Amino acid sequence: MSKLWNMTPPGPVRKHGRKGLLAAALCLALSGLTLGCMKSGSGNASSEKLTVFNYGDYVDRATIKMFEKETGIKVNYEEYVTPEDMYTKYKSGVINYDLICSTEYMVEKLVREDELEKIDYSQMENMDNLDPVYMDFCSEFDPGHQYAVPYFFGTVGILYNTEMVDEEINSWGILWEEKYKNQIIMENSIRDAFLVPLKWKGYSLNTENEKELREAQRLLMDQKHLVEAYLVDETRDAMIAGDAALAVTYSGDATEAMDSNDNLDYVVPDEGSNIWFDCWFIPKTCRHKEEAQKFIDFMNREDIAAMNFDYIYYGTPNKAVYDSLDQETREDRTIFPDQDVLDKCEVFSYLGKEMDTLYNRMWKELKSY
Amino acid sequence: MSKRKYLAGPYLVWSAAFIIMPLLMVVYYGCTTENGSFSLENLLALGDPIHYKAFGMSLTIALASTLICLVIAYPLAYILSKYARQSAGLVVMLFILPMWINFLLRILALQMILSNTGVINAVLGFFGISAKRMMYTKGAILVGMVYDYIPFMILPIYNALVKIDPDVVEAAYDLGAGTALVFRKIIIPLSMPGVISGIIMVFIPSVSEFVVADILGGSKILLFGNVIEQEFNVTSNWHLGSGLSVVLMIFIFLSMAVMNRTGTEEGDRVLW
Repeated sequence: MSKLWNMTPPGPVRKHGRKGLLAAALCLALSGLTLGCMKSGSGNASSEKLTVFNYGDYVDRATIKMFEKETGIKVNYEEYVTPEDMYTKYKSGVINYDLICSTEYMVEKLVREDELEKIDYSQMENMDNLDPVYMDFCSEFDPGHQYAVPYFFGTVGILYNTEMVDEEINSWGILWEEKYKNQIIMENSIRDAFLVPLKWKGYSLNTENEKELREAQRLLMDQKHLVEAYLVDETRDAMIAGDAALAVTYSGDATEAMDSNDNLDYVVPDEGSNIWFDCWFIPKTCRHKEEAQKFIDFMNREDIAAMNFDYIYYGTPNKAVYDSLDQETREDRTIFPDQDVLDKCEVFSYLGKEMDTLYNRMWKELKSY
Repeated sequence: MSKRKYLAGPYLVWSAAFIIMPLLMVVYYGCTTENGSFSLENLLALGDPIHYKAFGMSLTIALASTLICLVIAYPLAYILSKYARQSAGLVVMLFILPMWINFLLRILALQMILSNTGVINAVLGFFGISAKRMMYTKGAILVGMVYDYIPFMILPIYNALVKIDPDVVEAAYDLGAGTALVFRKIIIPLSMPGVISGIIMVFIPSVSEFVVADILGGSKILLFGNVIEQEFNVTSNWHLGSGLSVVLMIFIFLSMAVMNRTGTEEGDRVLW
């Protein structure tokens, strides 16, 4: 039952949902095995081994085999479910991770805790493949790209059932229409819920202006009698079952839901939304920095990034891959929002403790309204 | 004597580690502020409109579910107590059976039954009745809570009823009392300890409930349990969360004291 906006990010956790948990349990069991083997077996061999830590099922394994074959560097690939699991495991210091992939707010947090190594781009050949548009977004949480290289991105938008909604959706305002009473699912996490009225009214989702936030809260209160439920993980199942007409959700969840129900479609409203990034970064525990950088560079190579894109089907910040896609995929609004919408998308930034308190207070007021 | 005491050792360790210590920690956090100084502000936070509204909502829902449980459970327990032991045991077993399944799973199953495209609406649809909206309402929360807690009401009442000496009832009939009078003057007073136990066992977990409200209520209704959960999980304000928990504990102790008292006045000892 997680609704911790600052703890459960809109990352691929959501994509895999409950199935992901099972997979993760398996991964845990497996990583336990590898750990055991490492303890008994290696020692000197570990100098050649690059330990990579990523979300479950978030890479095409074939690309890792290719990396090992081409560079001769062994990869010890480990997986986790939520960024909090990653954080706890990393902080426990049991394993020295060389390279981690996680969501942007974790990067921000780890940088603030002085846990990350600066990346040396001088040996990288494929950085030019990354689209400046997305790199600009990344500057917001990682100025000068000192610590993080984006891997995939996604958005928050409206997943809707075309059998129940027969109009074009281009505004968040549809979520305030009386005719959809009890057919709307809102996001049950604080900032994801607030971004909806904030963006609708043209404010920044990182606004610290209390007047704007109070207006957003007022709108959410007005909307409450139309809302069927505030959900997070259950949204996808509810939409697949046809329990609701409209739901605010993450693009990753949306892609998955649309696979299971042909009547579903996803849109990021014209007023813009939140855009999130999963990034590669090198933690202070890294013992093979050069190899880690090689791995990042390898992931950015066009053919490798294309393989991973085909496998994961999230938005890729790799321009070379994007340019090679067929017209239909490039125009898939679920994965790649239109440029003018993208221009209005923002990355969440941490607003400090005082704003946290205000948000929490407003959230409780909304829920008890 | 002293040898027997050692046998309680494991339980003492257990309760010290998992009951006494956590309780003390809750009280400590509840009575301090972030900088560690003593303060009652977290307890007094109940005066905040959001908090007492949530508290009132929790109380209403808990009372309603207790009442519904009682109305369903008492007649059932009464009928069962009239049966021969064996056949009654089977029915009692049927009521306990769901308790063998994890309660979260049962709540999730209810979701499948109550949802717009769920089992009940499918059946209604078969008879040409349009779908009813049942999920994510207060009604759904009540159904979930009654479903979860009703065994706790049935068992103590049933136990109290079968313990009533049939001779007492017969004596009353012999002395000319009618069925209604016997029920009012004999059965009800003598089953009161069971009723009180049942009420306590349903009311107390109900008043601190929050998961059912989240799953079946779609997080639209803020219960006191939800407030405490949010303070711990989202806001990371352990002091306020603990303070409100302490308030809830005090309230529960008070209501138990009151009910125990009425229980002992009416009949003999309360069962639990």
